[in-house]
Amino acid sequence: MSDRVPPIAATPLAPDPGATAAGAEALIRLVGVHKAFGGKHVLNGLDLEVRRGETFVILGPSGTGKSVLLKLLVGLLKPDRGEIWVGRQRVDGARDRELWEIRGRIGYLFQSSALINWLTVAENVALPLSEHTRLRPHEIDQRVDEYLGKVHMLQSKYQMPGELSGGQKRRVALARVLAGTPTIILYDEPTAGLDPVMTQNIAALIRSVQLEFGVTSILVTHDLPCASEAGDRVAFVDGGKVVHCDTTEQFMHTDHPAVRNFLRGGRPVVPGAPR
Amino acid sequence: MIRFFSFLGRTLEEAMQGTGQTVELFGRAALQVRHCWKRRRFLLDQLYTCGIRPLPVVLVVALFTGMILALQTGIELDRFGAKDRIASIIGLGLCREMGPFMTALILTASVGSGIAAEIGTMKVSEEIDALEILSIRPESFLVMPRLVAMAIVTPLLTFVTDIVGILGGCLVSATRLRIAPEQYLKNVVESLSEVLTYGGLPKDLYTGLVKAFVFGVIIATVGSSAGLRASGGAIGVGRATRSSVIQSFVLVIVVGYYLTSFFYT
Repeated sequence: MSDRVPPIAATPLAPDPGATAAGAEALIRLVGVHKAFGGKHVLNGLDLEVRRGETFVILGPSGTGKSVLLKLLVGLLKPDRGEIWVGRQRVDGARDRELWEIRGRIGYLFQSSALINWLTVAENVALPLSEHTRLRPHEIDQRVDEYLGKVHMLQSKYQMPGELSGGQKRRVALARVLAGTPTIILYDEPTAGLDPVMTQNIAALIRSVQLEFGVTSILVTHDLPCASEAGDRVAFVDGGKVVHCDTTEQFMHTDHPAVRNFLRGGRPVVPGAPR
Repeated sequence: MIRFFSFLGRTLEEAMQGTGQTVELFGRAALQVRHCWKRRRFLLDQLYTCGIRPLPVVLVVALFTGMILALQTGIELDRFGAKDRIASIIGLGLCREMGPFMTALILTASVGSGIAAEIGTMKVSEEIDALEILSIRPESFLVMPRLVAMAIVTPLLTFVTDIVGILGGCLVSATRLRIAPEQYLKNVVESLSEVLTYGGLPKDLYTGLVKAFVFGVIIATVGSSAGLRASGGAIGVGRATRSSVIQSFVLVIVVGYYLTSFFYT
């Protein structure tokens, strides 16, 4: 059993003063990644680089493999071809033990929140601590309070996930992610199905997590306000490839036809959905 | 014709794959038994779910099985003037075969299906993925407590089934066949005590409990494996639950035959 969580003062989530997004080294790299399900090619030679300390947004229509990309990064899916690197470790083809090691550095916020339904909010947040550290119960409790406080969910500590709203579940899931002290956080549609106010809250939370903890984040979304609020750089994925990538500000004013079309809402997010 | 063989091939391949995954899961979960103390809370939860919750059904089924057995065999034996043999038939029949089989089938329907549905729902709602990303092994967190709980409670419930079934037989023997309860119980004890094994435990009882232990392991492993392979939302969970019940039923019967053959030939 490894003790992955050092005392709060020395937590690896503490911002690295030297690490800035602009000009920083690439922490995550995908090179020529292909992935198909049955006969359907979801990723088609995708190349991507995410710099240390930045929040990188992946934007694109539904069904273009954005969530698949995140699952490839944590080894939940295997690419058909291509290379996936997290730091100096190669994810594709990694053995079980290496994969556990890589996952130890990554937090994943699921679209469905994926809280364990038969555990309370506090027990959910405590999971990474009780599983991977030798902290005593009162120390775990203290940490749980701390992380729940950061996402403003301390008052729901003893509630069951089924008693929470969608936005509250996402915040608890984020607290659980933070409790794992990751250096990389992957957000899969964190604002899907939330109202505009909650969307803004989540986006602000993502930004504050990056500023406070200096983590590298990948945010998969098709929510433009969330992307512009939280992102440092944005990549537009279509046809299984990155078709355009730029800083958030420049991205929102780009002349790239596919991006402009998407930003103007020229392509429905859900094909066939009423506009 | 080609389509038929292609379907047959695919079905066989899936069945072999499923079997392989189930055996592998059992191996991995068995290795996690060393973490029992760490997971004691989940283990206690599972002991309650697998052992206490199905108890009322087990009691009712056991009681009436003993009664039916006494009634059916008693009437026939009475025609040949051998109704005194009814106690040995019920005692041996229940302890050797019917007790473990009935308990296993009740647990397959009530607990095994529950395990498959619960883990299957967790699978389709990405909770299993979340555990894996948190570097928590599902076989340790979810499967092992269920496996250990079932391995403990199945023999215990089988013992309860044996006792209650014998008492059910006693009830019918006393009221319908006019056999004194003392005589009936004495005959049961005598027939069970004919062959004793370790620590003076009757062989017929002991083999039944060993069978029950194996059945408990089968039900927990098959249920968990089906759940972990679930995909495709609610329909997938339903499919996993159904297949876990069918597989467990078949395995319990087939393995039961080989265990009987091992112990008695």
